[in-house]
Amino acid sequence: MASVPAQASVVVVGAGIVGNSLVHHLAELGWTDIVQVDKGPLPNPGGSTGHASNFIFPVDHSREITDLTLDSMRQYKELGVFTESGGFEVARTEERMQELRRRMASARAWGIESELVSPAEVAQKVPFLDPDVIVGAFWTPTVGVVDSVRAGTMMRESAQAKGALTVSPNTEVTDIEVEDGQIVRVHTSKGAIETNRVLVACGVWSPRIAAMAGAAIPLTPAVHQMISVGPVPQLAETSGEITFPIVRDMDTFCYERQHGSDMEIGSYAHRAILHEPDEIPSIEAAKLSPTEMPFTDEDFDPQLEQALELMPEVLSNPEVEIRYAINGLLSLTPDGPAILGESPQVKGLWSAAAVWVKEGPGVGRAVAEWMTTGLPEIDVQAADIARFHSHQRTRAHVRARTSEAFNKTYGIVHPGEQWASDRNIRRSPMWQREKDLGAVFFEAGGWERPQWFESNAPLLDEFGDAVMERTAEWDARWWSPIINAEHLAMRERAGLVDLSSFVIFDVFGPAALDAVQHIALAQMDVSVGRVVYTPILDEGGGFRSDLTIMRLAHDRFRVVTGAAHGMVDVKWFSDRLPETGAQIADLTSSWTTIGLWGPRSRDILGALTTADVSHEGFRFGTARTIEVGSLEVLASRISYVGDLGWELYVPMESGLKLWDALMEVGGQHGLVPVGLGVYSTTGRIEKGYRAFGAELDSERTVVEVGMSRPKVKSQDFIGRAAHLRHREEDPQTVLCSLTVDDHTSSSGEKRYMLGGEPIVSADGQPLVDGHGRRAYVTSAGSAPSLGKHVLVAFLPPAEAVLGNRLQVVYMEEFYPVTVAAVDSTPLFDPDNECIRR
Amino acid sequence: MTLVFVETDETGAVQLTSAEAVTFARIHAATLTSLLPDGGAATSREVSGTPSGSPEGVVVGPLSDAAVDELGRLGVSVIHHLQHPDLEEYSAAAWAQAIVDIAPESGTLLASGTPRGMELMAHVAVRTGERMAANVIAVDEEGLLRQVYGGTAFERLRLDGDLQVLTVAGHACSPEETAPTTPQIYDYELEVTEEDLRTRATRTEAEAADDTSGLTQARAVVGAGRGVGSENGFVEVLELVDHLDGALGVSRVVTGLGWRPHAEQVGQTGSRISPDVYIACGISGAIQHMAGIEGAKTLIAINTDEEATMVQRADYAIIGDLHEVVGAVNEEIRNRRG
Amino acid sequence: MNILVCIKRIPDIAGQVTLDGAETGIDESGLGHTMSSHEECAVELAIQTAAATGGKVTVLTLGPAEAVEQLRAAAAVGANDGILIETADPDAFGPEDIAQVIADVVRDRAEQGQEFDLVLLGNDAADTGDFQVPIRLAYELEYPVLTSIQTLSPTDGSAASGGIEARGIGPAGAELFSVDLPAVIAVQEGGVDPRYPSITGRMKAKKAPIAEYDAPDPGAGNPRMRLELPPEKTSAVTILGEGPDAAPALVDVLEEIGVLR
Repeated sequence: MASVPAQASVVVVGAGIVGNSLVHHLAELGWTDIVQVDKGPLPNPGGSTGHASNFIFPVDHSREITDLTLDSMRQYKELGVFTESGGFEVARTEERMQELRRRMASARAWGIESELVSPAEVAQKVPFLDPDVIVGAFWTPTVGVVDSVRAGTMMRESAQAKGALTVSPNTEVTDIEVEDGQIVRVHTSKGAIETNRVLVACGVWSPRIAAMAGAAIPLTPAVHQMISVGPVPQLAETSGEITFPIVRDMDTFCYERQHGSDMEIGSYAHRAILHEPDEIPSIEAAKLSPTEMPFTDEDFDPQLEQALELMPEVLSNPEVEIRYAINGLLSLTPDGPAILGESPQVKGLWSAAAVWVKEGPGVGRAVAEWMTTGLPEIDVQAADIARFHSHQRTRAHVRARTSEAFNKTYGIVHPGEQWASDRNIRRSPMWQREKDLGAVFFEAGGWERPQWFESNAPLLDEFGDAVMERTAEWDARWWSPIINAEHLAMRERAGLVDLSSFVIFDVFGPAALDAVQHIALAQMDVSVGRVVYTPILDEGGGFRSDLTIMRLAHDRFRVVTGAAHGMVDVKWFSDRLPETGAQIADLTSSWTTIGLWGPRSRDILGALTTADVSHEGFRFGTARTIEVGSLEVLASRISYVGDLGWELYVPMESGLKLWDALMEVGGQHGLVPVGLGVYSTTGRIEKGYRAFGAELDSERTVVEVGMSRPKVKSQDFIGRAAHLRHREEDPQTVLCSLTVDDHTSSSGEKRYMLGGEPIVSADGQPLVDGHGRRAYVTSAGSAPSLGKHVLVAFLPPAEAVLGNRLQVVYMEEFYPVTVAAVDSTPLFDPDNECIRR
Repeated sequence: MTLVFVETDETGAVQLTSAEAVTFARIHAATLTSLLPDGGAATSREVSGTPSGSPEGVVVGPLSDAAVDELGRLGVSVIHHLQHPDLEEYSAAAWAQAIVDIAPESGTLLASGTPRGMELMAHVAVRTGERMAANVIAVDEEGLLRQVYGGTAFERLRLDGDLQVLTVAGHACSPEETAPTTPQIYDYELEVTEEDLRTRATRTEAEAADDTSGLTQARAVVGAGRGVGSENGFVEVLELVDHLDGALGVSRVVTGLGWRPHAEQVGQTGSRISPDVYIACGISGAIQHMAGIEGAKTLIAINTDEEATMVQRADYAIIGDLHEVVGAVNEEIRNRRG
Repeated sequence: MNILVCIKRIPDIAGQVTLDGAETGIDESGLGHTMSSHEECAVELAIQTAAATGGKVTVLTLGPAEAVEQLRAAAAVGANDGILIETADPDAFGPEDIAQVIADVVRDRAEQGQEFDLVLLGNDAADTGDFQVPIRLAYELEYPVLTSIQTLSPTDGSAASGGIEARGIGPAGAELFSVDLPAVIAVQEGGVDPRYPSITGRMKAKKAPIAEYDAPDPGAGNPRMRLELPPEKTSAVTILGEGPDAAPALVDVLEEIGVLR
């Protein structure tokens, strides 16, 4: 026990639920010589797992989180550590009831048994809850509690039993050696270990460990308060760990759960209390454990009053004592999802951090699969560590956003909700102009992007009812009918879009063609000046991205992709370059992009350049440099909004000049500035263009999303074999576009779906595809040119029939919808005449 | 002059803690004297003929021959014997005044850090207008070193006064015999005031049989901590208690969680025990608990954590899950019995 | 019977401390605060006695503004009101000074008509461990004083009459005392089980009246020069083995000691 093995295939740092699940699954997948270390003792090393509240509510609005949770529940049950108790999320306000209806929608979408119940029904199962305090509840019978420490121990021991794992507790990592950007050695208090892989799964300490290797894991330890009171006579009468359902008092951001004869009350309501990883007490200095910090009474007092209100009989009993109270530490990330995968900064440095007990085993399996084959069964791309832009790794940003995020844990978060803290980190050269035009800025990747322009308000009068006004507050939140008006103006005249937030990188060198040919599905050996839109697949044939690549020269290809996923794309390409002959240069901050689209776009551009921009002179899908005034502009004739026009690239410092030139000339042609509301949603949704992260992910194939090309190139590319197989098979699911036939709710108001809603049959039954997935809306939005609201969803092949009448469930009401497309045939301008004129 | 308050037990023998204090006083006599103003040159009531540096003792109540012999072997030169009918039952104020009456004006007055010693020295300090230092563990030219924060830190200080009043922490040193002397014994005529008898003990009860007496008297105690896991996790340890004909002791966490009654608690807020053997199962070794088992002669730890304080301080340890280990121990005992 | 309990705000340490920069105190970052377990027992005894005699409990502390937290903790289990004598530097006060400050408050309150029949303290404060404040306080007030007391009760049952029966631990067994009031008693933990607060108790405690005064300058002061840390204890443990396989070795040891039946 005095020292550690000299060599390891991977060193896993952390023996909490995540680390333990990881070593178990790695062993299952055939790994040997795994070494797991933790600076604390076993079985409870003193991290967040040790004091976790240990309950699982499976329904979440995120499909990825729900998948991981259901997988974790399955694993906990297999280990025999899961006790079902049922759970209520109770509402004290009507606003919360609406959110609970959204919860029901997600429950239907993911197929998790749940129902909305009355206060009296809650009181039947939880007799000491005062039903007069609540207006209703969301009930999920499969909610339960787990013994996460026991589960972790069993998982770890199973790996040891295979002879695959050496465990060394009381072993602190003191340094990580990196050579040429690759891990070579780990130093611990018990010796050094030669290895190329370190897997950081130590929760709140993760940033510290990663920093030793020169990498960032941007999370912050944050406090979540919990107390335990007892003995409670009503609970003591029952036997076992838990008999009463768990109650989440959503409006007060608290929960109450039974622990034998005690009641645990936890809170996410207090002010955000953040700590530094380096300031977490040592095991010797901590009274209980390093992540069970001293309780701060004043932060919890309001919650005490509210808990008392909800369960007066139990909690006002003077015999019931407060026996345990801590400021517990957990990990928060600046954008919400966990932090998983190989760091883009150091090869071999893997992260599995900021994971809740309810996803622990599932994440362990997913990351283990990722490390082994690169193909986790559950798509965890939203949590990829490679997603962060540089500002997101800074301490200041992490603290600002996690402070804001903390109270959202039980909060009502609108799908379009924007962050308020730490804004204005990245502004395009046109920012001031946009501000003067009344831009309403939304943020993506740190960029301030106009979602719509208030200066376009007069367009509302121009287009009248065609703008599909929304009267329901929720539907209209973070939205404006001006978006639809801008869309119509663009389709009628022309629109100008600031696309500076594109992630742009060049792949260049003698082997550049080989590099991109191998990575992209589409044929890349095209003539210089061609622009190729292509899916990017993984070995399993699932989507990793979709983006455009321009061949600028024989040995230079420019990749253009979106801000949300762009940094992951950079790493994907970097990791797959040939040994020599090809390099990547990130040019995001060098180029700004302005989109000009609409019937008059040729007139406008033509007025500014002598270059031939006619349809024959400048064909669709080509790019070349033209002179616009005194600027050399790379013009690329493609369109994500599905109209005639160009993406215009100029060096960042000249963006303003180009914008001004276009606006000035454009004024005579009815050009309007157009925001991302059009670019990201309305434009594409009526053209059937898919979006990565919405319709496109690693679970669905090119065939299923209707993006198969007539032929498959003969050159090898990642995912080729799988793709060929998929083309031979019958698809298990079909991506369809549906239109809403009648928006009228039971109260007579027109309602507009926002995404995530379940699609059911005409008689209200769920629709299940060949993957076992229920149908749900992946994208929703106005299609103003059609005067329709469009929903995109995967349907079982039998339902993917034009004209098929189905229903969408929104806020627990049923609305009729019709299948309008069963492939990528656009609903608007199906023959693409607008684009190709 | 260094004067040590010596406690004797009901058989008349010198208490171990007092023997430690006497040794401490003897070893550090010169240093203690050097800390006095002008190095202790002020007149003290040194009796001529006594070896310089040898401590003097003060005993209140009966003084047995055995005690005199032992004090002689410990190097005490003079014993001040304080007797008075009103001093037969303990009264801190009266005893302290008696000590003050015979104490020197300059020098060092020590007692061991027992409740008795602490209380008496505090009274003496007030009555002589001096400061007092409690739980001293060492002395050097810089000053005294004493325990603070429950022993997790030491305080360096000087008592600036003609008379240094202090108590010596338990186990600060071991009793050490030296060239034996035959102590001279001085008796005194004492006066005891009514006022000083306001807090005289009405009576002393020998350890009354109560809930905890089984625990404090047992020769073998099995300790159980958070590691047992739940209210139902005591099966193996209880069987071991039975095999040892001993008692079950538990940590504060266990009683706090309501798994066992307070009477079984060992530690600062429970019983202090000194069994022949203490087997700590699943107990990490927080200072509160360690204080309760200081008197155990042999300490055995069973724990999954090799670095736990309890393991590091133990004489013997087994690293493993307590349910498995104790279960195996029980089985081994049964097998050997046949 | 009106009872004054004197408590002290101390850091809630585990097994190890680190010193602050000046090395005259410990580094309290990351530590919670509490009162000594002796004082918790003193508060418990005070509340039980007051309840039995229809009296009140006042809890007092000399400490920083944050020490109100400890006063409210006492209020949460039943103390009626609190007194904070505020000082930014409690370490500057030696035991003589603390006794002086408390005695002044007692005399002050007596002048205003509030007589304390009984003053309870812990045997010592878990940080400084001076063992003197109760005794020095008693001399200041000219009250009788008992220390190491584990339980106490009024001599005359529920009447708030003039006496207290107290029981402490002595070298030869339990010692019983009978003392007239007013008196000072220093409590040794172990005789009672201090209760935890209930939720309603905690909420009531927020409204408990707390009188605040500025502390005077310390007179005698604190003789502390600096703090030092103990040397790392080297371990002499003999590991008999791992898991159930080590059982025979352990039984050998037990047989050697001679404790097997």
